[in-house]
Amino acid sequence: MAASEHTALQFTPVLSSSSLLAKVHPLVIFNICDCYVRRPDQAERVIGTLLGSVLPDGTVDIRNSYAVPHNESSDQVALDIDYHHNMLLSHQKVNPKEAIVGWYSTGLGVTGGSALIHEFYSREVPNPIHLTVDTGFRNGEGTIKAYVSVNLSLGDCQLAVQFQEIPVDFRMVEAEQVGFDILKTPMVDKIPSDLEGMEASMQRLLALIDDVHKYVDDVVEGHTASDSSIGRFISETVASLPKLLPSAFDKLVNDNLQDHLLLLYLSSITRTQLSLAEKLNTAAQIL
Amino acid sequence: MANNSGNTVARSFLQVASTEEVAPSLRVVQIEGLVILKIIKHCKEFSPALVTGQLLGLDVGSVLEVTNCFPFPIREEDEEIEADGANYQLEMMRCLREVNVDNNTVGWYQSTLLGSFQTVELIETFMNYQENIRRCVCIIYDPSRSNQGVLALKALKLSDAFMELYRSNNFTGEKLRERNLSWVDIFEEIPIKVSNSALISAFMTELEADSPITQCDYDRLQLSTNPFMERNVEFLIECMDELSMEQQKFQFYYRNLSRQQAQQQAWLQKRRSENMARKAAGEDPLPEEDPSNPIFKPIPEPSRLDSFLITNQIANFCNQINGVSGQSFNRLYLMKALQDS
Repeated sequence: MAASEHTALQFTPVLSSSSLLAKVHPLVIFNICDCYVRRPDQAERVIGTLLGSVLPDGTVDIRNSYAVPHNESSDQVALDIDYHHNMLLSHQKVNPKEAIVGWYSTGLGVTGGSALIHEFYSREVPNPIHLTVDTGFRNGEGTIKAYVSVNLSLGDCQLAVQFQEIPVDFRMVEAEQVGFDILKTPMVDKIPSDLEGMEASMQRLLALIDDVHKYVDDVVEGHTASDSSIGRFISETVASLPKLLPSAFDKLVNDNLQDHLLLLYLSSITRTQLSLAEKLNTAAQIL
Repeated sequence: MANNSGNTVARSFLQVASTEEVAPSLRVVQIEGLVILKIIKHCKEFSPALVTGQLLGLDVGSVLEVTNCFPFPIREEDEEIEADGANYQLEMMRCLREVNVDNNTVGWYQSTLLGSFQTVELIETFMNYQENIRRCVCIIYDPSRSNQGVLALKALKLSDAFMELYRSNNFTGEKLRERNLSWVDIFEEIPIKVSNSALISAFMTELEADSPITQCDYDRLQLSTNPFMERNVEFLIECMDELSMEQQKFQFYYRNLSRQQAQQQAWLQKRRSENMARKAAGEDPLPEEDPSNPIFKPIPEPSRLDSFLITNQIANFCNQINGVSGQSFNRLYLMKALQDS
């Protein structure tokens, strides 16, 4: 707890010398939003720790996060350090590979108090990342920015802390992508079954093919300018369909069909066997 | 007049207070997107090892809301780590309480491999939870099916009839027939609804990638499903072996029982003829029963619980095979259409 004496400057990157990149998993955003919605009434913003790892090529992979209770007034910031350490230990019991990589706060922009908190985190980890998530949608959109800090000093005297913005990239694991549609809407009545998912995928494929078709038609009729790279892509795609004799192809498809039909038959037999066995087991009367 | 109405009011209040509260049956489990993401992340990171975690939320009427969860560390088999595990749980709950998360346990989640999760441990964990909480669910997630483009998430609960039977620990054929309980009645699957706060859906809509096709579409439209089917069928075969072993146990039991009965009859005949001879000689007849004779010892009937569980598992595998075959048919016909054109 100390009064903030450092002033914080904020620059948009003109030329960022470091190739630092931050990759954020959507789970982190979910966590932050959830904590923001549940924050105590008098707090205006939420502060928390980011967990993740630093990849060998220098990018920081942010995988998890948790909120830390804090008190903030106009010139003082107090963070619950014990809580922060306890949560860190608990998280590391489950996943020892996750380490602190920085901290987050909601609200657009970097304030004076943030410099202090950033200094605290830089004692734990060299070069922490500061992530801001604008839950107020002040610019009309939810901006998510990441910053690294650079100390500005004149000789021995430390003047200020400059926050430089670094690019942020959103990664999603495939499993999460499957459920992405249900994560978008406020309420979904049931989880889509496999066949429905299949249907959705095929519809998307069909839509893509239609688009390509339309584009080719437009170019041929002269409505749109032709782009030779796109044309080459299209011809490559069409040529990548394997050229098989119709008989060979039919045999392939039919063999596969037969295999699957056999499996279906096998599973139906198994089920019949199960119900028979169960009837025999429990219906047997002795004495 | 006022007195009368006062009395009727008082009586009706007493009546209401004395009637037992009948809990509405659980119809839907409402999960938040946050919980689903956390479960996916945890199970995927540790696959193929099986992991578990705790679910937190609220129990509202006929809907069970799951609002948060936290994972359990992988437990060693050591005895002293047991206390550690309990400490970890308390610590996490306390910390989450401080940030206003509902720290009300409503169940647990676990990952599974290809759907083979029906074990006795699952039932025992259920019974343990049920003693403390009135309503709890178990969410099963299968990470191996997500590379087929399917979100394999299920919410399970033990049916009430089965729980009572389990408590009495009696699985003989007669009891089961009395209650009309078969292997489908052990687990009840509950439909899942997903809800998200408006803030999150706003963010997600914005962060959506621009390309119309995602990786999961590639996975779904992939033609090769052979490895998955092969493993499924392998597991199916193993389970059938176990089932036939169980059935052999039953056969053995029945054979022993009938042999014992035959022995009993023979002994009884002998006794009766002895008694006739004694009566003729004027001595007291011997009793017709002899509990110390080993042929009268009742043979314990083997429990049917295991065979039920195995049956459930087999049914699960069959369902999965059906589902995947359906998808494959779709793909094959699609390919055929492409080739023809």
